[in-house]
Amino acid sequence: MVHVFNVKDLYFALDTNTGLVHALDKIVYDLLSGEKFKDENKYKQLYGTYGEDAVKEAVSEIQYLIDNKMLYTEDTEYENKIQPAIKAMCLNMTHDCNLRCEYCFASQGTYKGEKAFLSFETGKKAFDFLVKNSGNRRNLEVDFFGGEPLMNFETIKKLVDYGRSLEEEYKKHFRFTITTNGLLLDEEKADYINENMDNVVLSLDGRKETNDRMRKTPKGTGSYDLIIDNYRKFVGKRGSRDYFVRGTFTSNNLNFSEDVKHLRDSGFDKISLEPVVAKPEEPYAFKEEHVDALIKEYEKLAEYYIESNMDKDKSFQFFHFNINLDGGPCIYKRSVGCGAGTEYLAVTPSGDLYPCHQFVGDEGFIIGNVDEGITGRHIVEKFKNVSVHDKPACKACWAKFFCSGGCHANAYNFNKDFSIPYEVGCLLEKKRVELSIYIKAKMASLNRFGGMCGTSIGREKWDGA
Amino acid sequence: MKYIKTLNKNKLTDNITVKGCGECQTSCQSACKTSCTVGNQKCEK
Repeated sequence: MVHVFNVKDLYFALDTNTGLVHALDKIVYDLLSGEKFKDENKYKQLYGTYGEDAVKEAVSEIQYLIDNKMLYTEDTEYENKIQPAIKAMCLNMTHDCNLRCEYCFASQGTYKGEKAFLSFETGKKAFDFLVKNSGNRRNLEVDFFGGEPLMNFETIKKLVDYGRSLEEEYKKHFRFTITTNGLLLDEEKADYINENMDNVVLSLDGRKETNDRMRKTPKGTGSYDLIIDNYRKFVGKRGSRDYFVRGTFTSNNLNFSEDVKHLRDSGFDKISLEPVVAKPEEPYAFKEEHVDALIKEYEKLAEYYIESNMDKDKSFQFFHFNINLDGGPCIYKRSVGCGAGTEYLAVTPSGDLYPCHQFVGDEGFIIGNVDEGITGRHIVEKFKNVSVHDKPACKACWAKFFCSGGCHANAYNFNKDFSIPYEVGCLLEKKRVELSIYIKAKMASLNRFGGMCGTSIGREKWDGA
Repeated sequence: MKYIKTLNKNKLTDNITVKGCGECQTSCQSACKTSCTVGNQKCEK
């Protein structure tokens, strides 16, 4: 399968099965579009534009790629080699929150249940469960999540110590992440987190008016002013360690690139802004009619991203524009996806195990608990058969090895069927992949030519891309 | 080649017999929590 596309002045062909991305001159793009290169009567039509010699030379280059299994490659047969093991866990430290965000999938922190805090004893059992079910995996991940995890900070500290105490004996390495709304992020907690957490996700939606429309205190007032300085101070001390300021955009702010700009102008250089996942009846939900505007906004954001990243003082990462063309995950990982229910679980304060945090509160998805382990094998089985090879829409999709089939919870929430991906999410993901490739190529070109980028790409232009 | 430049050096289908260790990051743990993006992660091998 080959996906031929262009963004602005650049042209590409992506060979899905090998993951190879070819940057093309327009002549090759025209030959690949409609597969004109296969039929002399069709490609003759391009002689007037490019000249006969050039067209024939370009056709022979396409044929060279095909002959060398770099374009139009066949599906490779392989069995998933990744051995089943639990390696990541989301610990819901609280089912309670000190904010009342309108779009919260966790029902303002309680996940449709009672307010509750995860105890050290329950957390300890969760760590024991993780270590014992992790097989030969060395790297284990624990995300302290909520509700708002900083409301249960002393327990987090004890659990981090407990996790570290297991590492040597079991030959494991824990990577800790915390996801917080920042309200309680004082200096003491910030110092602790900077020292102990491998990654930190700081929730903030962008501009004050955007953020405060959705992210409200229990009194109904906005949270921006209560949080922004905490984040600035925290990030100021974070150094080069990972963090993301992570926000949600909704149909209320289709111009979300302005929110990304605001976050960058506020001093943050690792930013993730994600489309809201909400039921269609919610007033802030995305509908198909919004897709064109969202795609245009991503294009606008891509231009801003390139411009900013050409200046080292303004450079930043946008999570969804990161793409790893050579050192990325292997094809097995790209086929099986997020691992919810099979290698990733969520733990509630009562010790129940769910396939992931998005399913918490839907009791039909409880797959066990920290005392007895996995008891709902029939539920786990449902999550085993949702690779990109199992879903008809994914099988036929050129982007399947970049999203690995998308979020199971989104598929279920929208279609009540794990095998049918959430379509609006797919459309946006495909655009983000195209733009990520464009950004990578464009920046390589700009870097090499000091700001000059032509529309025609001689081979030397791409060295180092 | 004059008209085509391949941007990556490795194919996903290269050396697949020695891949699949499962040590890479769980995609949902990175920054998203509401989407699944693996193309931007790194191989731990």
